[in-house]
Amino acid sequence: MTLVERRHMDGTAGRLSEATAADYVALLKPRVMSLVVFTAFVGMVLAPAQPNPFLAFIAILAIAVGAGASGALNMWYDADIDAKMARTAGRPVPTGRVTPGEALAFGLVLAGFSVAILGLMANWVAASLLAFTIFFYAVIYTMWLKRTTPQNIVIGGAAGALPPVIGWAAVTGTVTLESLVLFLIIFLWTPPHFWALALFKTGDYERAGIPMMPNVRGEAHTKRQMLAYSVLVAVSGVLPAIIGFASLAYGAAAAALGAGMIWHSWRVLWMDEADRSKRPAKALFAYSVIYLFAIFAALLVDGVVARFGA
Amino acid sequence: MPDLEERIKPTEKELKARRSRNIALALALAAFVIVVYLGSIMKLGPALFDRPM
Repeated sequence: MTLVERRHMDGTAGRLSEATAADYVALLKPRVMSLVVFTAFVGMVLAPAQPNPFLAFIAILAIAVGAGASGALNMWYDADIDAKMARTAGRPVPTGRVTPGEALAFGLVLAGFSVAILGLMANWVAASLLAFTIFFYAVIYTMWLKRTTPQNIVIGGAAGALPPVIGWAAVTGTVTLESLVLFLIIFLWTPPHFWALALFKTGDYERAGIPMMPNVRGEAHTKRQMLAYSVLVAVSGVLPAIIGFASLAYGAAAAALGAGMIWHSWRVLWMDEADRSKRPAKALFAYSVIYLFAIFAALLVDGVVARFGA
Repeated sequence: MPDLEERIKPTEKELKARRSRNIALALALAAFVIVVYLGSIMKLGPALFDRPM
């Protein structure tokens, strides 16, 4: 028997994969993808253009697949640390259902197709932004920042903040101040959101050796930073009304939602370090998800009313 | 040369997983073809068929 034959016959190497379609869907990080789709859609609706609805649908699909490709590339590279954290140990690569090579190929193919389709069906400004987002998330954040600096999610947050800019660019072909304001809201929202998670999952990150802010600079420093970012995100949330591409009613709603962000961060600031339940941090994490969804939903409603209303 | 078919017999779970992957791949390919076909028509309109023979 040749060496090649023996290698294929030994152990599980020659066996068929047990990965189901659901495992490949899991590689796309569907929950992150849903937020990407929603924010990109809002960017598209707010943009001053009337796209063909089917081409707009294809653009959203391409952005979603591009985001999914980033997720697959992230899971390929991070399989070693994912295996050490309870939250991620069940992912397809660390459990062995999908091999790292399969995840890499899946991510690369989807990345190539999503960028090409967005370029051909929308425009190359949006496609370039999507390619940059995938590169930034997979290479700059995953391969570099995540394991080297506690500012990982602050800088890496730019990747998650770009979808509304891509959506806007897909229908206008440009990047404008308005779309950058949408970017700013998500960019400033990311630190308090992820640090709230890090505060009650700090053991997980420590075990995996990821330098998150609470386990590098301590809880007190992290909590102060979270409050500062919450104030900034609350202000940035109102900017669409100040700049004039959203109504005063939106501004009032954004101010109220922002006040909620600050209040929850204030409660986290005064959270006892000995409190193992970390309830205020969990409450901020849950509220931050609601906040971002509500801000973009309010912008969507505001944009639709402005366009089709009386 | 050993008979590979006899040595490696797929389990029920492996066959089920392969079927699931195959169906998903078929649906994804069909969706891709439809998206590119309809997208091209929407993007280029009648000009798509307007070319010198």
